[in-house]
Amino acid sequence: MLRRGLGGPGCRTENERTCCYHVVRSIAWLTWWRTRVVLHLLANFYGRVLKFCIDFHALRRHFLELYQQGIHELRGMLDRRDVTAKDIIDSVFQRINAVEERIKAYVTLTRDEAEEMSRAADKRVAAGNGGPVSGIPLAIKDNLCTKGIRTTCSSKILGNFVPPYESAVTTALTEQNYVLTGKTNLDEFAMGSSTENSGFHTTRNPWDTERIPGGSSGGSAAAVAADECIAALGSDTGGSIRQPAALCGVVGLKPTYGRVSRYGLVAFASSLDQIGPITKNVRDAALLLNIISGKDLKDSTSAPIDVPDFTAGLGQKITGLRIGIPKEYFIEGMDPEVETSVRAAIKQLEALGAVPVEVSLPHSGYAVATYYLLATSEASSNLARYDGVKYGFRAEGKDLLDMYMQTRSQGFGPEVKRRIMLGTYALSSGYYDAYYRKAQQVRTLIKDDFDRAFQNVDLIVTPTTPTPAFRLGEKTDDPLQMYLADIFTISVNLAGVPGISIPCGFASGNLPVGLQIIGRHFDEATVLKAAYAYEQAARWYTRRPAL
Amino acid sequence: MRYEAVIGLEVHAQMLTKTKIFCGCSTTFGSGPNTQTCPVCIGMPGVLPVLNQKSLEFSIRTGLAMNCSISPYSRFARKNYFYPDLPKGYQISQYEHPICEHGHIDITTDSVTKRIGITRIHMEEDAGKNIHEGAGSYSFVDLNRTGVPLMEIVSEPDIRSPKDAAEYMKRLRTILRYLEVCDGNMDQGSLRCDANVSVRPVGQKEFGTRAEIKNINSFRFVEKAIEYEIRRQISVVSDGGKVVQETRLWDSAKGITESMRSKEEAHDYRYFPDPDLVPIITEPTWIESIRASLPELPEAKKKRFIADYGLPEQDASQLTDERAIADWFEASVTAGGQAKSVANWIMGDLMRSLNDENKTIGECSLKPEQLAGMIKLIDNGTISGKIAKTVFEDMYRTGRDAADIVNEKGLVQISDSSEIEKAVDDILSRSQGEIERYRAGDEKLLGFFVGQVMKTTKGKANPQMLNELLKKKLSS
Repeated sequence: MLRRGLGGPGCRTENERTCCYHVVRSIAWLTWWRTRVVLHLLANFYGRVLKFCIDFHALRRHFLELYQQGIHELRGMLDRRDVTAKDIIDSVFQRINAVEERIKAYVTLTRDEAEEMSRAADKRVAAGNGGPVSGIPLAIKDNLCTKGIRTTCSSKILGNFVPPYESAVTTALTEQNYVLTGKTNLDEFAMGSSTENSGFHTTRNPWDTERIPGGSSGGSAAAVAADECIAALGSDTGGSIRQPAALCGVVGLKPTYGRVSRYGLVAFASSLDQIGPITKNVRDAALLLNIISGKDLKDSTSAPIDVPDFTAGLGQKITGLRIGIPKEYFIEGMDPEVETSVRAAIKQLEALGAVPVEVSLPHSGYAVATYYLLATSEASSNLARYDGVKYGFRAEGKDLLDMYMQTRSQGFGPEVKRRIMLGTYALSSGYYDAYYRKAQQVRTLIKDDFDRAFQNVDLIVTPTTPTPAFRLGEKTDDPLQMYLADIFTISVNLAGVPGISIPCGFASGNLPVGLQIIGRHFDEATVLKAAYAYEQAARWYTRRPAL
Repeated sequence: MRYEAVIGLEVHAQMLTKTKIFCGCSTTFGSGPNTQTCPVCIGMPGVLPVLNQKSLEFSIRTGLAMNCSISPYSRFARKNYFYPDLPKGYQISQYEHPICEHGHIDITTDSVTKRIGITRIHMEEDAGKNIHEGAGSYSFVDLNRTGVPLMEIVSEPDIRSPKDAAEYMKRLRTILRYLEVCDGNMDQGSLRCDANVSVRPVGQKEFGTRAEIKNINSFRFVEKAIEYEIRRQISVVSDGGKVVQETRLWDSAKGITESMRSKEEAHDYRYFPDPDLVPIITEPTWIESIRASLPELPEAKKKRFIADYGLPEQDASQLTDERAIADWFEASVTAGGQAKSVANWIMGDLMRSLNDENKTIGECSLKPEQLAGMIKLIDNGTISGKIAKTVFEDMYRTGRDAADIVNEKGLVQISDSSEIEKAVDDILSRSQGEIERYRAGDEKLLGFFVGQVMKTTKGKANPQMLNELLKKKLSS
């Protein structure tokens, strides 16, 4: 009961919480003989007064619109019956109506479904058995299958595709009665770093609408940053959650490969793809990870490893935590403002008690090449099913071969075609050993780099991206430049380890910079603990884009 | 110049699992088009395969029965090609790490036993079916068969004649049916065969250029197609030509093979390990428990039938071709039937009756104990062998016991000599002409007298006693 009283808006940090707790507990001791109602009222009252006195931000947060809140805060309000799920979704759609025209985060908005889902959530909350995301409006990347709702992968070839099944992750959310705001834009089949490869439109960065939001989960990251949803799911094959999260100033977590079921995620590169949360703060990322993690019988590659409560370690001290700084990641050509922000973040972590240690990941230089052989090889095979025969777009042809060629020529965009060709080449007879097999061997070396580093450190800290968000069209003519946008994130997918990007400052033009924290296999808990400690100390989350 | 053929067979066997290899759809044959499909076997976006453990177990059973080593580490691979009946644009198969390797089976033709090496056995999914009839300028696709588990059993190029190839196929089928992993119906396509055929001058060590023959869908055609192909290749080489490496199609109507695609047109399947499926690590204890559960295999059973029941090799071989028949035989012997008699009745009257009705032994209403009962009646002289034929027919048709039939129809053999003598005297008294001719040397007339007596006794006279009595009376 005490905890409930203290869990309201504004009570954000563990320090505040501890402080409030002591005060309220003394009062509670004195009034123990009184009724529970009196105790509750007092705890609530003193808690709130105290918080407002010591925390200006908490005061500010108290007057935030519903759509600006995080999952954790809204759940508290729902439980206290301060608001209904209907109030929340109305607020979010009010925001969408106001800004979506400028951001274009969504491919499909699901207002009608959302209304229905919020009513179901309200019933559930009223019955007292709400889960952590009951009634919370979430946006889902449009490469995650949603039953009865168009799922396009931002590709013309799936422009009319309505899955008759639900992905494992959205099934887990649905079981808790989450509320779907809509399906977010991406680079076609998640192939890109800016959403400029979307078959439909480019999403804009909420901090500067002349700039890209990053990609491929650019729609999800922009929707979270622009408060067009409370949180979102994305997918990350080479940085597709972390890079747009960094460029949009939000939190993005790529879990360990195998932590989250890929069932219902339209495959780009099966051995690298992983689904993860994009959120306004670290606690929300931990909350969502709790829900989507775990072994799934429908995905053989999901790991039969226990799922801890990822929120449990939030607020714990990080004293003595060894954080590796890989020398290969502070390269020439990195944006100096990015470097300054990241170095400052490392200092702050040190101030919080962490111990920085220089480490080496010697094969980092081969990561991009390795990735573009393996990911394209798998993609060339994964995308073979879009042939016009069974579902999706079909172009007429004079015979079978012509139908195949017309369908795929018209249905896929240029980047997808480029990658299919690269992958087909890498797997071809006579080239397989030189390209695919060699790349697999290098992948093992890259993984070994991380394993070796993690014998000595608990976490590895790097910039998420080499530069802040670039301008629309700046790199569309040069695929190689575009590929380098993921230079710091790709190794993490190749090694299969978890990584998070959290805001760590702003470059000129009010452009967010992201800090990447990488952990051991299946040690998301430590990643989240450190990210939370830094977030609460640095408080970048208080800055929001002016829209 | 004399030539020798070198033949290797690639056999696809549909496994008898209830569900498909990577999803829960039914594998039943003959349902309406696309009724046994789901997002996984249709290859919808984002779905994932999950291995049916039964298909893995069946493959290991087969590997063990064919003396293979079971790989401790095995992987699935994708075989990439475009075809409408292949919904994912790739077939999940095995390439670099098949589940079974380095085995062999023995075959016997013309009393010579030969050992044929098994290169590998691997698991894969079947494709669907394109239907071109009744669709105008379009084609239909039926994906019911998509994802039905297959084993591909690849032999070494150890076979030297079409007859041996057919025998190898039959042996394979027998073993698969014993293991209950495949029904072995070539006409329904649950057992399919591709043959790699080449010829070389006798004495030459190097192999000639091979052609792959596809679309062989019966045991008879295995022999015929290979025979044709060998003749064709020998005539090409004899005329100074060269055999080209190609895929050829057997046309059973014309009785010839025809070129389908050349080496240059061959697909590049771009095999690579399937990242959606984890490697298979086989636990030695599990392998051993599968080995322990294997049934007695045909070769061992045959040897035991010879040793335990004193059957001639020919009989033992025929009885053990089908496990169900071998089991039927043993049940009948256990119920007291004399082994050789049981064997004769099964291989004679029973098989004939079953074949006439196109039935299997499992569908037969006659039970092994009933045959044993009838044989006991013959052995103790209750009925004659001739009467037994009638009794058998009745038993086979009605499923009733022999004793009941014999009693009801009054078929008990007459072994009372006075009764037989009375019948003989009666016939002889009316056959003066025949008696004279017999005595004049026409000894074939004995049959006439036997027949006449049998007619009056309704076939029940003990034939041996009747013969002796007649001879005695006629010669006196």
